[in-house]
Amino acid sequence: MTAVPLLDVPLLLDVPLLLDVQDVTLRFATPERQVTATSRVSFQVRDGDRFVLLGPSGCGKSSLLKAVGGFLKPAEGQILLNGRAVDRPGPDRMMVFQEFDQLLPWKTVLGNIAFPLKVAASLGRRERQERAEYYLEKVGLARFAHAYPHTLSGGMKQRVAIARAMAMKPDILLMDEPYAALDALTRRRMQEEFLALWDDIGFTALFVTHSIEEAIIIGSRILVLSPHPGRVRAELDASRFDQHHQGGADFQAFQRCIHDMLFAEPIEEAVA
Amino acid sequence: MNMLSPAPRRSTAPRPDFEPAGIAAEAPEAVETPLPVLRRLLNQGWVRRGIILAAIACLWELNARLLDNPLLFPTFLVTFKALWGLMLDGTLPDRIGVSMQVLLFGYGAGIVLAAIMTSLAVGTRWGADVLSTLTAMFNPLPAIALLPLALMWFGLGTGSIVFVIIHSVLWAVALNTLAGFRAVPDAQRMAGQNYGLRGLRYVALILVPAALPSIVSGLKIGWAFAWRTLIAAELIFGVSAGSGGLGWFIFERRNALETADVFAGLMTVILIGLLVEGVVFRTLEARTVVRWGMQR
Repeated sequence: MTAVPLLDVPLLLDVPLLLDVQDVTLRFATPERQVTATSRVSFQVRDGDRFVLLGPSGCGKSSLLKAVGGFLKPAEGQILLNGRAVDRPGPDRMMVFQEFDQLLPWKTVLGNIAFPLKVAASLGRRERQERAEYYLEKVGLARFAHAYPHTLSGGMKQRVAIARAMAMKPDILLMDEPYAALDALTRRRMQEEFLALWDDIGFTALFVTHSIEEAIIIGSRILVLSPHPGRVRAELDASRFDQHHQGGADFQAFQRCIHDMLFAEPIEEAVA
Repeated sequence: MNMLSPAPRRSTAPRPDFEPAGIAAEAPEAVETPLPVLRRLLNQGWVRRGIILAAIACLWELNARLLDNPLLFPTFLVTFKALWGLMLDGTLPDRIGVSMQVLLFGYGAGIVLAAIMTSLAVGTRWGADVLSTLTAMFNPLPAIALLPLALMWFGLGTGSIVFVIIHSVLWAVALNTLAGFRAVPDAQRMAGQNYGLRGLRYVALILVPAALPSIVSGLKIGWAFAWRTLIAAELIFGVSAGSGGLGWFIFERRNALETADVFAGLMTVILIGLLVEGVVFRTLEARTVVRWGMQR
């Protein structure tokens, strides 16, 4: 056992269970071989969590997120959202991707946010417009409502993608390394904005990252995954840290301890 | 030297910190200045293209005058005069009308068929394989090679020409559309699926606009193929129901040794091509893929 400063957090089990991932094994079939991405991963996300999946590349964290999104079917186990099994993509789980080209280039910024409200939520024109404007304002891009995505910077595109996802008021927001392709300064700003939005609007997010620092700042709970195949290494509470604690002794100790979990000691052999 | 405290092997030249006294005090250079008129004119695409066309016309005129053989190679001015006359007396507009009707019908039918086939193909791996195999089989097959067969099947009339035009349009458009669909970024596909879009709605609302640059270039190629096929088909077997189109006109005038008229007919084909490319497709691109930053 590692010397994790396990915190004695009072259990709040009366917070409703939102997402229940049960013993999920994900496998890919390439033409030559079958690859196991994750092996029997279980975790539970409760309402209002900022739940982070953290791990090095090859731990299947993105695949897990895509499975929750309904883009991949688990080979074993199941994924329940509000008690119902996830079997296909749907607007109750809006995704934010890492790629800047996730916005539809033929729609304006406002159009990109309003489009899913039309095709998935079937809102009227007026309501779509208002809600899209509200969330665009929330991410601070009201001035760019009628710009096309190709005229925006990477950070602005990601903000639009976040506004688009939040405007759908999904049960859970799925974020696949949304800040990984940004420069360090922008990334920092986006993390702060993300926390401010969480305070302001209140949502549940499942967030994938390979940055320990980002996981601690963003996450209220961190699932540490080990690679090849992805297995649960630990589930930690990080709700006591935000961007203001960065550089503090506690923060650094926590960071160190996660780092050691991921890299320093060889992973114990799983029961074959 | 003390070997125990390793001195840095290189050092940088130390200089004091520096902060300019006041950026606000100095008058900065103007951020934007207008370009000279000539530069601005040359930045317009149509001006550059106009210059190129004028240069070609000059070369043509010069060459034809040096050659001095109006039967083989009439000058630009003579050709233009013939063209003007044929336009005014209504001969060419009639011929253009006949050709256009057949052309647009075949082109439209080809596009509709291509749309149906690609929409069906995109859903499944087998569908895509069927379409790409068919395209690989039929795209290299010249439409004109099918004309004798078409004449047997559909008789001596518009039906045969429409059939070969459809053949020339369908595979080019389908091939480009399918390639365009394949090139749609994963994040955009997944975003569309995330909205719960499926089947035809997914194709129409996500794949088609996302693949529009390829689709438009397919439409352009299809248009050019359709023209070639039409003119060639008319040249080969000419009249359908009394009055022929542009190809037949060219054939007729060659038989009458009216070389200037032959050139005028060819020029008409070229001018219509330039017009459609420069106006129709360019406008379509400017309003869509260029505006969306998908193509420059």
